[in-house]
Amino acid sequence: MTPKSPPREPFSDWRSGSTVRRLLQAIAAEVGAINRPLRIMEVCGTHTMTLHRSGLKPLLKEAGVVMISGPGCPVCITPDFYHEAIIDLVTSRDNLVITTFGDMTRVPTRKGALQTTVPAPGSEIRIVYSPEEALQLARKNPEREVIFFGAGFETTIPAIAYTVKKAAQEQLKNFSLLAALWLIPPALEAILQSGDVAIDGFIYPGHVSVIVGEQAYRFVAENYRIPGAIAGFEPADVLLGILSVARQVKENRPTVANEYRRVVSAEGNPRALALMAEMLEPFEAEWRGLGRIKNSGLKLRSQWQDYDAVARFQMTFQPATGRDSGCRCGQVLKGLVEPMDCPLFGRACDPEHPRGPCMVSYEGACLIEYKYSSGARKK
Amino acid sequence: MCLAVPGKVVTLEGDGTGKVDYLGTKVLANLTLLPEVKVGDWVIVHAGFAISRLDRKEARRTLKLFQELEKLNPAD
Amino acid sequence: MKQVSLEMGSGGRLMQEFIRERLLPVFKNRYLDELHDSAFLPPGMAFTTDSYTVDPIFFPGGDIGSLSVNGTINDLVVSGARPEFMSLALIIEEGLEMATLDRILLSIKKTAARNKVTIVTGDTKVVPRGQADKIYINTAGVGRLVGRPHPEKIKPGDRIMVTGPVGEHGLAIMLTRNDFRMSSRVRSDCAPLLFLLPLWKKGALWMRDITRGGLATVLSELADRVRYPLLVEEEKIPLSRSLKGAVEILGIDPLYLACEGRALLVVREAEAQKVLSFLKKQPGARQAAIIGQVQDRIGRQGEALLQTPGGGLRLLEPLTSELLPRIC
Repeated sequence: MTPKSPPREPFSDWRSGSTVRRLLQAIAAEVGAINRPLRIMEVCGTHTMTLHRSGLKPLLKEAGVVMISGPGCPVCITPDFYHEAIIDLVTSRDNLVITTFGDMTRVPTRKGALQTTVPAPGSEIRIVYSPEEALQLARKNPEREVIFFGAGFETTIPAIAYTVKKAAQEQLKNFSLLAALWLIPPALEAILQSGDVAIDGFIYPGHVSVIVGEQAYRFVAENYRIPGAIAGFEPADVLLGILSVARQVKENRPTVANEYRRVVSAEGNPRALALMAEMLEPFEAEWRGLGRIKNSGLKLRSQWQDYDAVARFQMTFQPATGRDSGCRCGQVLKGLVEPMDCPLFGRACDPEHPRGPCMVSYEGACLIEYKYSSGARKK
Repeated sequence: MCLAVPGKVVTLEGDGTGKVDYLGTKVLANLTLLPEVKVGDWVIVHAGFAISRLDRKEARRTLKLFQELEKLNPAD
Repeated sequence: MKQVSLEMGSGGRLMQEFIRERLLPVFKNRYLDELHDSAFLPPGMAFTTDSYTVDPIFFPGGDIGSLSVNGTINDLVVSGARPEFMSLALIIEEGLEMATLDRILLSIKKTAARNKVTIVTGDTKVVPRGQADKIYINTAGVGRLVGRPHPEKIKPGDRIMVTGPVGEHGLAIMLTRNDFRMSSRVRSDCAPLLFLLPLWKKGALWMRDITRGGLATVLSELADRVRYPLLVEEEKIPLSRSLKGAVEILGIDPLYLACEGRALLVVREAEAQKVLSFLKKQPGARQAAIIGQVQDRIGRQGEALLQTPGGGLRLLEPLTSELLPRIC
């Protein structure tokens, strides 16, 4: 009796070895016609992950494409002074619960990491997997203050905004948000304006694009004449995006190509955008490595001040003193330095003894490089 | 981390949430960002929220593209 | 480091460092130097010990009781020994329900009896409320050698196999423990590996049960032990369908999730197909697969490499930061 072959998973076609190889060949052909290697930047930790997990980076290099990682990791671009301010708060205030994602607790700062901080009496630091979990904690512990310390790009921002809206609707008296919310398009503009990094094109983040749509990136093609493509996260998706960029370069026809049409629409998700506009407003935020960028961060609008931890607890932030610990995370985020080229990589800095967030965050370029490509080689 | 894989909506709970199935594992997701979603739709879920509905026609278009690629570049 | 951290017990690199740098130097002797899952003692015996602190104590597919017996059996089997006798030490938190204790004891009894292991000695301690979490178990096991691992004999061409789909114990624990608002069909793979014993005479050169740290950690440990790099194909690694769906949503790498009833084997090239056929006839290994081989064309000594479907290569490192504490 012949065994039935198991039903294929919905994503198998996007991971198929032969599709990947065909796409690489097609890319090589386009680059061959252009006759020089291409430098393409992606700005999404999940794209970085796909490139390394599938071993695509070296294969792309052979095909003539050098992939650069940009500021695609929200935990990485959150400067130390956010963590330091929260550490100050939790060590000095009783009955405070700080909730955040796992990797946030391990970011090393001048005041140590949240993970090893000893809180004030009755206070604690708790790892959660969603902002909803933090809200639930606040509901169940009315006698304690709960702060959700959340970092994220446009993909996560609607979920965080919704949680605050819900807290307001329920008139919760003990829940607030320390927001580290970052917007991708202003960061792209800052990178292009600085002119530090030579870039032939961008791969735009798949799920940020679900929220903001194609329109958010038009300025890159129109004002800077740089090609770009929105891509999904399977190996074949990323390669389709790169193929599109290569073609745009060859034809000198920069645009915003949508290679993830099955999920991304031209106008994005209007409900998510409306929710963000209702709850949040842009401000000039300071990014690790990229410095201050106009309208690049989001904070709660003044009518939601009760739910803004900064206002509620009168938090103050002390910017970096410029002390050089040798950590090159800022330059890695800008695409100026490859993790392997940081003098600390694999020596003083590794996942067990991280010197900066790029080696801590699940989406950090250094951690991804170390885990999937080169860790042992540095020994 | 972005969840790349779409799941299938199998129930609507009536309070703005619904169960999304991934090969047998079911997750409760908030559907309020996708008001028109129905049982049987495939959705992308991020941080507990369904943020996009899969366009099956577009998905099939891309798969067809892969098949075309096979024909243009026969196996070496 | 001034204090013991949670990660030193996680099964990953920090734990290996901890054992190598802090524990081994204190107890240096030729038995410990072998660093296998069991110690080899004269005359022709293997001896092992383990502690179980799994949280929760009952999970789909098993409980701390069946886990403790299977875990000890498996450590002996992969060291070449047929398990015969076990000790059972219980550390119980004051206030544990008798009914709960009885359930666990019954589970231990059933698992031991089914696998012809006799519990011959034990100990019981009760600590005040709050000083332990419900119950911790320590076991030691002893058995007679029917074969022995020979990692020094491993050479290019030797095949690497797993006995079944990986990661299920780790995932089952993770889902039971956290409120991800998820429901899943995944059950722990907690099971005894006795059926592997005849393979010591049929071409098996080395075995390891895949526990904390998952398949990737075991592969990187194997790579450290042999003179040639390992090449494993991602597409050949068996994963159950339910697990594939769950890890996609959680964003975890299944190669780092713990098992408690799966083994990695290195088998001589000439016997590999026969071993595979043998395994597939065993109820506990129907999805056994050859996932790669020891080779000397790609990579360097000490490297465990994963080939992805597109032809790319990925380096497998041991588990770094703790995915989940108290997994077994």
